[in-house]
Amino acid sequence: MTKALSISNLSKTYKNGVQALKGIDLEVEQGDFFALLGPNGAGKSTTIGIISSLVNKSGGKVEVFGHDIDSDLTNAKKMLGLVPQEFNFNIFEGVEQIIWQQAGYYGIGRKEAKKRAQPLLEQLGLWDKRKSPARELSGGMKRRLMIARGLIHDPKLLILDEPTAGVDIEIRRSMWEFMQDLNEKGTTIVLTTHYLEEAESLCRNIAIINHGEIVENTNMKSLLAKLDMETFVLDTTGLPEQLPQIQGYEVRRRDDTTLEVDVHKGAGVNGVFAALSQHNITVLSMRNKANRLEELFVRLTENKAGGQAS
Amino acid sequence: MNLVAFQTIVTKEIIRWTRIWTQTLLPPAITMTLYFVIFGNLIGSRVGEMGGFGYMEYIVPGLIMMSVITNSYGNVVSSFFSAKYQRSVEEMMVSPVSNWVILFGFVGGGVLRGLLTGLIVTIIASFFVELKIYNAFVVVSVVFLTSVLFAIGGFLNALFARKFDDVAIVPTFILTPLTYLGGVFYSISLLPEFWQGVSKANPIIYMVNAFRYGFLGASDIDITVAFVLILAFIAALTSLSIYLLNRGTGLRA
Repeated sequence: MTKALSISNLSKTYKNGVQALKGIDLEVEQGDFFALLGPNGAGKSTTIGIISSLVNKSGGKVEVFGHDIDSDLTNAKKMLGLVPQEFNFNIFEGVEQIIWQQAGYYGIGRKEAKKRAQPLLEQLGLWDKRKSPARELSGGMKRRLMIARGLIHDPKLLILDEPTAGVDIEIRRSMWEFMQDLNEKGTTIVLTTHYLEEAESLCRNIAIINHGEIVENTNMKSLLAKLDMETFVLDTTGLPEQLPQIQGYEVRRRDDTTLEVDVHKGAGVNGVFAALSQHNITVLSMRNKANRLEELFVRLTENKAGGQAS
Repeated sequence: MNLVAFQTIVTKEIIRWTRIWTQTLLPPAITMTLYFVIFGNLIGSRVGEMGGFGYMEYIVPGLIMMSVITNSYGNVVSSFFSAKYQRSVEEMMVSPVSNWVILFGFVGGGVLRGLLTGLIVTIIASFFVELKIYNAFVVVSVVFLTSVLFAIGGFLNALFARKFDDVAIVPTFILTPLTYLGGVFYSISLLPEFWQGVSKANPIIYMVNAFRYGFLGASDIDITVAFVLILAFIAALTSLSIYLLNRGTGLRA
């Protein structure tokens, strides 16, 4: 089956000599919900920019649903919807006008654009604001306007670059639901985000890019399985002066009532509870110290940086 | 060609310049009224005849052309640069709109504003002088082609511009002097022979004189040369614009 996105040996060197991409390869299957993660300056935006014709590539090949961006750019663009990281609409234009114009660029007439815009704006909670100039929208509304704009031509591949940046938790959750629903209906989604719990809960496959190279490209389950140790934070009623030694676990005091425990993969946490109970320590609650994907992300990107330095 | 996209860009432009009509349509009307009052009525009555016509009658075509040139150019340079600056131009760049459509969509918006301004100035002029048209075809074709030419010029300026200062440099330091020295207010036949030759290197001389010919039937230059020159400039600047758009100059990193 044709890949939704196929990138081979993609490279980009900017005029100032910065090598943003060093020949990356990447494939996204049709219908996938794919996470492209990386620290700031890793090459994510450059990759997205090249796919969406906003950045000239230095070398390599990009195909969107089999359409090469060098030889069949028009058809490649028709397949693609982009929700960029930064607001890039004319703030003096009305919400409806922005949507209709975008439809027009894809050859969709005004009548059809109006028909398509209404359910989109309703789903994204912007229908009541359709006459308002974009500058009067809140940050969250502006983000949703960018999503509506990116979807007006019904793209088969949607690239979401930090779509939930700066929005409150409630709106973020509703946007997650919207994206999941969209993906279930068949739209392939490539997501970049700094909220790693977002990638972990939404995406099936993942690539991590660092210093212009793909350092990991696998499915989410396999990646999370690589996590060999997790750190849990335990809130207790109180801790003795001398912390108990627990065989197979590393225990640290954070404050008078809080413990941190490193648990190796497969060890389970029952042993911790049993040992603490023996020492009359009552555990009130427990949580992960960090998101699992976040831990892996930090390790992968730090390792790579370390490797390069050596 | 994606005609819906072309129509979309032109409509977007019309909405833009009508929304801010106090900045786009009103100022040229006021400025030209002042020109007519001061140069036409007050000073013009002392100047007497120019090229065999009353001074007011003589300067009207030039003033109409001046407003068309500055508005066609100014509309496209400010609109396209704003789109670059706000990055709303990316809406077009990611979509399957060809570079020809982008260019002529913006040029279309600029031409319509230029022509509307020209019409407003013409109506104002008719209160000061009885306007006669010697050759309607020449009037319409010259004003349209000149408007197209300067709208493309504005587009090129916007492509290269990196900051708002860059948008003002060409109109202030090149376009305005060339327009004022382009035979709007005088016949170049009044100049010494050397300066007549120098004046003929100014392309605006040809446009103003060809336009004036359409009204008065008199011109300092050959009308055919004017048409050839305008068309040649349009072809050259269009080719350059498309080449730069294809390369992504000023748009893509």
